[in-house]
Amino acid sequence: MAAKRTSRRQFLKTAAAGAALLPLPAIAQGAGGRVVVVGGGFGGASCARFIKRIDPRITVTLVEANPTFIACPFSNGVIAGLRDLNAQEFGYDKLAADPVVLQLSPGTAIDPQGRTVTLGNGTRLPYDRLVLSPGIDIRWDGLPGYTEAAAERMPHAWKAGEQTLLLRRQLEAMDDGGTVVMSAPANPFRCPPGPYERASLIAYYLKTKKPKSKLIILDAKDAFSKQRLFQNAWKALYPNLEWVSLSSGGKVTSVDVAAMTLVTDFGRHKADVANVIPPQKAARIAEMAGVADRTGWCPIDPATFESKLQPNVHVVGDASIAGAMPKSAFSANAQAKVCAAAVVKLLAGGSPDEPKLINTCYSLVAPDYGISIVGVYRPADGQIKEVEGSTGVSALDAPSSTRALEATFANDWFKTITNEVFG
Amino acid sequence: MNATRVVTAVALVFTLTGHASAAGPADAPPGALSCSGCHPAARTAQTTVSRLVGRNPADIVAAMQAFKSGQTPATVMDRIAKGFSDDEVKAIAAWYGAQKD
Repeated sequence: MAAKRTSRRQFLKTAAAGAALLPLPAIAQGAGGRVVVVGGGFGGASCARFIKRIDPRITVTLVEANPTFIACPFSNGVIAGLRDLNAQEFGYDKLAADPVVLQLSPGTAIDPQGRTVTLGNGTRLPYDRLVLSPGIDIRWDGLPGYTEAAAERMPHAWKAGEQTLLLRRQLEAMDDGGTVVMSAPANPFRCPPGPYERASLIAYYLKTKKPKSKLIILDAKDAFSKQRLFQNAWKALYPNLEWVSLSSGGKVTSVDVAAMTLVTDFGRHKADVANVIPPQKAARIAEMAGVADRTGWCPIDPATFESKLQPNVHVVGDASIAGAMPKSAFSANAQAKVCAAAVVKLLAGGSPDEPKLINTCYSLVAPDYGISIVGVYRPADGQIKEVEGSTGVSALDAPSSTRALEATFANDWFKTITNEVFG
Repeated sequence: MNATRVVTAVALVFTLTGHASAAGPADAPPGALSCSGCHPAARTAQTTVSRLVGRNPADIVAAMQAFKSGQTPATVMDRIAKGFSDDEVKAIAAWYGAQKD
């Protein structure tokens, strides 16, 4: 099949014809096909598990470079000293028992025509369908002065792990009275409310441990997720937190690491601790597979998550262009389950159902103060769109008991989703 | 293309892979699999959020209607309920009712 743009109907027709003409020997052997999933996060691990659950005859191989997954949701709590990093860590033992075949080696090359994935350990994996859930990479060319070396002084902490601990140590080492400067990128990026939850929890840490300190968020946007909820809470809880919007000169245009300074068109902000959340793109393997477009992200069919650029390759999670769905762990998990069902149907020559998806994102403004945004989504006009009336944030005037309840639900969500994906 | 041959082969594929039980994840109606992001599918998750597996479908439908109308106070379910039609809720409730541990 040529790697040209194919409408879904044409594609399904071709797939059905293929099912008729090609895989009879495989069917005779009782084989359900081979699926390779690259990326063992909320999207990839969920997808691998659910494909296996829906059709145990399919051979599913999960390719992941790291033996331990470190979750980003709740990692802002690690930065603020509210939890340990090991509460974010998950292994793949239970997936191996499903059984999903584990390949703990990075994907180094993808041949979408020959339908193979090559790994760092030299293994070459053939596939009938490939699912990519590779997450994000930092655009190291996206912010002048912000290099990989610079991230050792000014951590991004936008991939959980050593960077998370580095930012925490820097906050712990800072004198009371110091200035923390954060920068938030333009859309799109992983976890739209994430910078503001982080600012809140760092402000909580400063308020309780270093009350003479202040926090400035320099933003490349004029609006952000759950904005009024965050700003109302900041006004009530964190007078030392200042948000500088794009139109107020908040866009960081370069960083001067030697001077520990973030530079905007309007001035220079010297920091004692600097947290730069830089521009991002789909992780590099997406480019190698030819599924990322000029934006750096991956256009997909809204019903199957199949790439619009390469047949037989699906993309879920943060790397995908999922229309109205935000780049969240909840979204990645929901998309992965829809993608799993579609992959099984397509392998069997069937046509996937029209899906419906939910996203729920909690943010903690303080340990006992949670807020949420939710949405229900469906394919419409070739994109993933919100179902009218379903999308919204927590009530602006809710009592503290409701905020406490949402903080409990946030913690519950993390336990439940990590149990479904890794437990 | 020989249409009969396609139909026969596709039917064969379905016969050979049609092993899933009536209530398995293969038969989950639209939206159902998203619920387990918060409502634990497994008994092992210890949370305050109710499980849907094995619940009486009529109870799930009634709860969703009460969330949608605002009759039951909620944090997120009032918003989520508005994203589903009555028929979609019924299908999801029936599927969860048929799930077993």
